[in-house]
Amino acid sequence: MSAKIVIGLDGSGSGERAVAFAKKQAKQIGTCELIAVYVIEWSPFSFQTPEENEQRHKRRVEETDAANSRIISPAVDALKADGFNARGVVKHGDVADLLNAVAVEEGADQIVVARSSDGGFASRLFGSSTANLVMTATVPVTVVG
Amino acid sequence: MKKLALTTLALSAAGSTSAFAQEARSIDQAVNETFAAVTGPFVSFIFSPFPGTSFPWIVMWLVIAASLFTVYFGFIQVRGFKHSIQLVKGDYADPNDAGEVSHFQALTTALSGTVGLGNIAGVAVAVGIGGPGATFWMIMAGLLGMASKFTECTLGVKYRNEYEDGTVSGGPMYYMSKGFAERGLPGGKILAVVFAIFCILGALGGGNMFQANQAHAQISSITGAYPGWITGIVFALVVYAVIVGGIKSIANVTEKVVPFMGVLYVGTALIILLLNYDKIGWAFGQIFEGAFTGLGVAGGFVGALIQGFKRAAFSNEAGVGSAAIAHSAVRTKEPITEGLVSLLEPFIDTVVICTMTALVITISGLLMVDPATGNFVLNGDGNAIATVGDVSGVSLTSAAFATGFSWFPYVLAIAVVLFAFSTMISWSYYGLKAWTYLFGEGKTTELVFKIIFCVFVVIGASASLGPVIDFSDAAIFAMAVVNITALYFLMPVVKREMNSYMDRLKSGEIKRFKH
Repeated sequence: MSAKIVIGLDGSGSGERAVAFAKKQAKQIGTCELIAVYVIEWSPFSFQTPEENEQRHKRRVEETDAANSRIISPAVDALKADGFNARGVVKHGDVADLLNAVAVEEGADQIVVARSSDGGFASRLFGSSTANLVMTATVPVTVVG
Repeated sequence: MKKLALTTLALSAAGSTSAFAQEARSIDQAVNETFAAVTGPFVSFIFSPFPGTSFPWIVMWLVIAASLFTVYFGFIQVRGFKHSIQLVKGDYADPNDAGEVSHFQALTTALSGTVGLGNIAGVAVAVGIGGPGATFWMIMAGLLGMASKFTECTLGVKYRNEYEDGTVSGGPMYYMSKGFAERGLPGGKILAVVFAIFCILGALGGGNMFQANQAHAQISSITGAYPGWITGIVFALVVYAVIVGGIKSIANVTEKVVPFMGVLYVGTALIILLLNYDKIGWAFGQIFEGAFTGLGVAGGFVGALIQGFKRAAFSNEAGVGSAAIAHSAVRTKEPITEGLVSLLEPFIDTVVICTMTALVITISGLLMVDPATGNFVLNGDGNAIATVGDVSGVSLTSAAFATGFSWFPYVLAIAVVLFAFSTMISWSYYGLKAWTYLFGEGKTTELVFKIIFCVFVVIGASASLGPVIDFSDAAIFAMAVVNITALYFLMPVVKREMNSYMDRLKSGEIKRFKH
């Protein structure tokens, strides 16, 4: 039976560390599929202007394309080049919720994320996505430092 | 139509003795007189009464439509209320559609166009002329109007245009032309063109001049009198920066601050009501008694009724067609869901927020009552209730809230400016949609409309409230004449959609998603 590992990417250098750790795990496991996930932060409860609403569908397509071409495709291609079984997923929504949701849907054995790269007042107040994921996930989570 | 004697800048500047102020006054006065003369015939026609009565036909038109839709759709505002809230919460939103416009976003965008001065100044006008009894009719109009809104917003989504680049355009113009063609009815295109013309006038009137006018009245009541055109030019420049300059940050800040101001406004009203809890029963008594007797207001109970219905329509825009433009951007496979969500709009706008304002004004004791008869005392002109400090419009609301919290006029001034601004931005969009429907899309045609829009900001701030409010009402109601005509022809389409959706909801074919 093959294992599955979900890797949460955030488009920054810290994502590389998560990928490196997942690769190491996958090698040890043997037959393992790596699923690279990028979540575009979005809330259905934000306030928008009429113009933003009119353009929303178009923007969503652009955002998904950009995430695929800049983050997910390069990551998946690199993994495949290294001989791994890999694919990518791009979603809109809450990062912590969706990483867990993808992992549950795919029947993944664990989620690998890097330690949150953002700090500051906002993350102190609302908690970082990583911290939220660790607290709410129903799948084992590894946070790479 | 005679309205109030008002405390706008044009009049208050008259008290100034400086040469500058006199010159400024003459500019404001000239704008005012020209404007009143130009718009007079249009206003008179829209508000002309049924022969032999004092009842404006346009008010009857709105009430009959809203009542008819209520019955035709089987009291959808009651039956569908719970499901509307589930839809806004996202219980039925497909997770795969995440990132698209949600029901919540479509509703709040439309609300930021409607919640505004209608709720603050408009209600004060209604209560100031029609007495507390006008509130009863306003709530009735709000409840009935939910069915009108449901009808128009369902159609707005059903017949919107989805372009290849992924953008959408919707609204009455589209359901008139496409819906009529689909049903094999003639005249859809003509209705669409007439609607678009009135929509442009409505955008310049209620969506622009009335807002600029009352924002100026509120600012000058705090800073002291100064010429209206100054406020107008400042406002026009900011509006220009957003709609022409594309400075999104201003619009974004407004979009985020306005809901906060709305909550603050309702919260403060609630606190004032709680502090005066012993008067709430009495205030409702005044509202019910006034609704059927008028309590001595001009025109008696009919006067209260007319004011209530007029101001409710102006505030929540049900049947006007504007909301159909805003709601049509939602991502849904079922147009009826947006209709259901949109019926919350008159509820929040009129039944909740307007009622709060009316209760605070009633409780404040600013409306003068003759202790001997218990009836209201009329002002010198006999066309409105005399108030303590001779205030009306937004100044009356401000003074009423100040009886609870003396600092509130400052907060209200900020709220009024922001509400006015967000309503202007929304209506500039509605007007632009109508404009491009008529003249085609293109940078130059769009720029022409945007500049006209900014010029009207200055006119609105300079003119006195009477002519501005008359024209604003007339233009908005003219939209309703055309829109409701189309709704009558297209309502079977909505009923079909509604029955099919409700059946599938009952059978479990339409599922809730786990979130």
